[in-house]
Amino acid sequence: MSVQAARPEFVLEMRDISKSFPGVKALSDVTFKVRPGEIHAICGENGAGKSTLMKVLSGVYPYGTYEGQIVFNGQECKYRNIKDSEHDGVVVIQQELALSPHLSIAENIFLGNERLRHGFIDWAQTNSQASKLLTRVGLDEHPDTKVQTIGVGKQQLVEIAKALSKDVKLLVLDEPTAALNDDDSEHLLDLVRGLRDEGIACVIISHKLGEIRAIADTITVIRDGQTVGSLDMHGVEPVTEAMIIRQMVGRPLDNRFPEHESQTGGDLLMEVEDWTVHHPVDTARRVVDHASINVRAGEIVGIAGLMGAGRTELAMSVFGKSYGRDISGKVRIKGRDVQLNTVQQAIDAGLAYASEDRKRYGLNLIDDIKHNTVSAALKKIAPKGVIDKEEEAQVAEEYRKKLNTKAPNVDVVVGTLSGGNQQKVVLSKWMFTDPDVLILDEPTRGIDVGAKYEIYTHINALADSGKGVIVISSELPELLGICDRIYTLSMGRITGCLPRSAANQESLMELMTKEKEEIVE
Amino acid sequence: MSTTPEVSASADVAPAAHRKVDMQQFGIMLALAIIVVLFEIMTGGRLLMADNVASLLQQNAYVIILALGMLMIIIAGHIDLSVGSVVALLGGIMAIAMINWNLPWPVACLLGIVAGLLVGAWQGFWVAYWGIPGFIVTLAGMLLFRGLAIVIVGQTIAGFPNGFVQVANGGMLGWFGFMGSMDIFTLLIGVVATVGFVFSQFRSRQRLLAHGLSVEPQGLFFGKLIAISVLVLAVGWILSLSSIGTPYVLVICGVLVLAYSFVMSNTVFGRNIYAIGGNIAAARLSGIDVRRSHFLMYVNMGFLAAIASIVTTSRSGAAVAAAGQNFELDAIAACFIGGAAVSGGVGRVVGTIIGALVMGVLNMGLSIMAVDAAWQQAIKGLVLLAAVAFDMLQKRRGAAA
Repeated sequence: MSVQAARPEFVLEMRDISKSFPGVKALSDVTFKVRPGEIHAICGENGAGKSTLMKVLSGVYPYGTYEGQIVFNGQECKYRNIKDSEHDGVVVIQQELALSPHLSIAENIFLGNERLRHGFIDWAQTNSQASKLLTRVGLDEHPDTKVQTIGVGKQQLVEIAKALSKDVKLLVLDEPTAALNDDDSEHLLDLVRGLRDEGIACVIISHKLGEIRAIADTITVIRDGQTVGSLDMHGVEPVTEAMIIRQMVGRPLDNRFPEHESQTGGDLLMEVEDWTVHHPVDTARRVVDHASINVRAGEIVGIAGLMGAGRTELAMSVFGKSYGRDISGKVRIKGRDVQLNTVQQAIDAGLAYASEDRKRYGLNLIDDIKHNTVSAALKKIAPKGVIDKEEEAQVAEEYRKKLNTKAPNVDVVVGTLSGGNQQKVVLSKWMFTDPDVLILDEPTRGIDVGAKYEIYTHINALADSGKGVIVISSELPELLGICDRIYTLSMGRITGCLPRSAANQESLMELMTKEKEEIVE
Repeated sequence: MSTTPEVSASADVAPAAHRKVDMQQFGIMLALAIIVVLFEIMTGGRLLMADNVASLLQQNAYVIILALGMLMIIIAGHIDLSVGSVVALLGGIMAIAMINWNLPWPVACLLGIVAGLLVGAWQGFWVAYWGIPGFIVTLAGMLLFRGLAIVIVGQTIAGFPNGFVQVANGGMLGWFGFMGSMDIFTLLIGVVATVGFVFSQFRSRQRLLAHGLSVEPQGLFFGKLIAISVLVLAVGWILSLSSIGTPYVLVICGVLVLAYSFVMSNTVFGRNIYAIGGNIAAARLSGIDVRRSHFLMYVNMGFLAAIASIVTTSRSGAAVAAAGQNFELDAIAACFIGGAAVSGGVGRVVGTIIGALVMGVLNMGLSIMAVDAAWQQAIKGLVLLAAVAFDMLQKRRGAAA
């Protein structure tokens, strides 16, 4: 790309952006610069701060809630909301599409931006302008078509048409191809190239490194809320995927993990074989594709995978078919075939699953510690259907002390606890079911370093007591720090299984980013 | 009165959420007291006359009975709009059984209960196994069962056996003789209830202390104990002067209230209802059979609708197709006045009973004052709104603190 002389060197400059949430610094002094008419990719691990940065840009986090400066087209911007940023031509297309499924394509394109005549909707203009936009994005659908009747790929195009209707100058796409098949992805990327050639600057956030290499002019890598560096794709030295990966993961490792020596070679506790799960709505899509994993007594097994790889889906479908449909495959626990059709059956078989989203799936936030602690094994303290409240209080108190949950007593409402302490209540709840195998999905997400260390200690103790622990995590250092063995998952398939000694962040990331055609059947 | 252990925290360590709950309960009790005093003055002392208190209980027992089942459904995040129609239908069935088929009245009541369970199973089936929201299923039920009631009760059916009429009109009088004009048995019930209440409160407090759990400050505990004891004894004393002694419906309500307090706070079933209302996704992932709980709570509502129908039909001495009009609204209002949350997961039997008493005192006081029925309805509407607004205000203050 050549820089035109008349224009400033950068269309967008975000300088020294810092953004904090209670207890976490999400961005610290991030600098991000986009040249006019280029495709600029942002890479980084889950939680590195990519989406936060884009929310700062678009005004979702309004001016004043972050530090630093945003300059767009040579002017400093102080966006208070999305409307402000869109007024300037900055449009962000979110990962979860923001379309109204029951409205038509045309209605969605002009949502909040209606074509009016005398204060009423001008349908003729709405539909004719929509038609033109649809031609521009290469979508062959009638503007009257309801959005819910078209596929995800086409919905993505409607989003882009919507952005174009706002006279977009900078288009941000957050994981645009995550839910798309190869053809739709290819079409979308072609369209983005077309927009660039029209002079629209595009920012694309993606986990798919192959895709990024194919389309981006510049890559900025963000790690732990900081800019690591920028790579020029048209430079002298070709940029390889390995280079990107190294920048993405190359953080120094300190001893954030307790020392632990696992007893390997225990009995096989759980084996999942040939496990296939289809998406609950898009039933043709395989979310988990012939995956096989196992865990032994005393072992901590990790599952690594990027967002959308099917980690949570694999775990939840095994746990009493809590996710997906048309599930096939075998589960063996302690060598015996089991049918786990309900959560109760899974619990009875000795399985526990602590969700990645403890607020939504893990806890009853308006109830107290005591009730939450016993909620998955109420039978144990209520043999005839009547709860032994003394035992309940004793059990809850015992786990509160054991896990060092910071609360004055077990009558405290769980919603008032910090994230780390909530997670300890979740752990208590599942430890009280006395499982053989615990699946912990993102056990340390959103909690501070000190509490993380404590959680790791408890995970180690569980393994030492002869249980099998499966840890799903987006943080590779965490998996490398606590697991004995790590499976990698990419697009629903197991792409590898490395013992801790043979694994490092680069090797894992390589396996995690394998695309379908590369996977050896 | 409930024997539920008080969940509360001592002042120095209590998190905000807990103080809020206590304040809420306290607020409703205060509101009831104010309403009682207000009407006592406005009716020139007639509200608390012995026979008026007895008929207040008899006339409004249905609110308490229905509210117990409604509370469960509201906690689980649903609603039941059909109970008024169901009361009418079941009243019709029992009346036909007694008058047309000449069945003994206890058998007719049993028949009514079975029919109630079937109605509940019908609605529970659609909610639990088809996933249709309770609002819609019971809206349909409201029309369906009212229609059926009109079909089977063409014209008023009256002339019930005396035993049946006595259920909601009679009481236990003179079993142990009299003391002056006071019925000794009624006084005794008041004393026994008070002793039982005080004993259970002490025991649960001791248990909490033994486990190092937080309890109310001592002053508040004794204050509450004395206030409620005085209240129970006063009601016993007033009723002992009434012409029927202890109304049978008081016994029915008392047993049900104790039973449902126990079910809601001490059984797996009750706990599951709270868990489902608090976070249905977490409940599912904890192995709770959500569908079964949904089904059973509607079956239970059918059972209570049958009991309410027995009481109402007995009270009026006749079955009419228009019986039970707006009963569902009274029961729902009682729950919300009593602190249940529209979003589910929150609500207690004690609060609901107080809510039901608020509705009852309003009904009775306004009737004694001969306020026009239309205005009675308007006033009840405003009280409901005021109670919930007050509740919101307290919650917002609690959140800000």
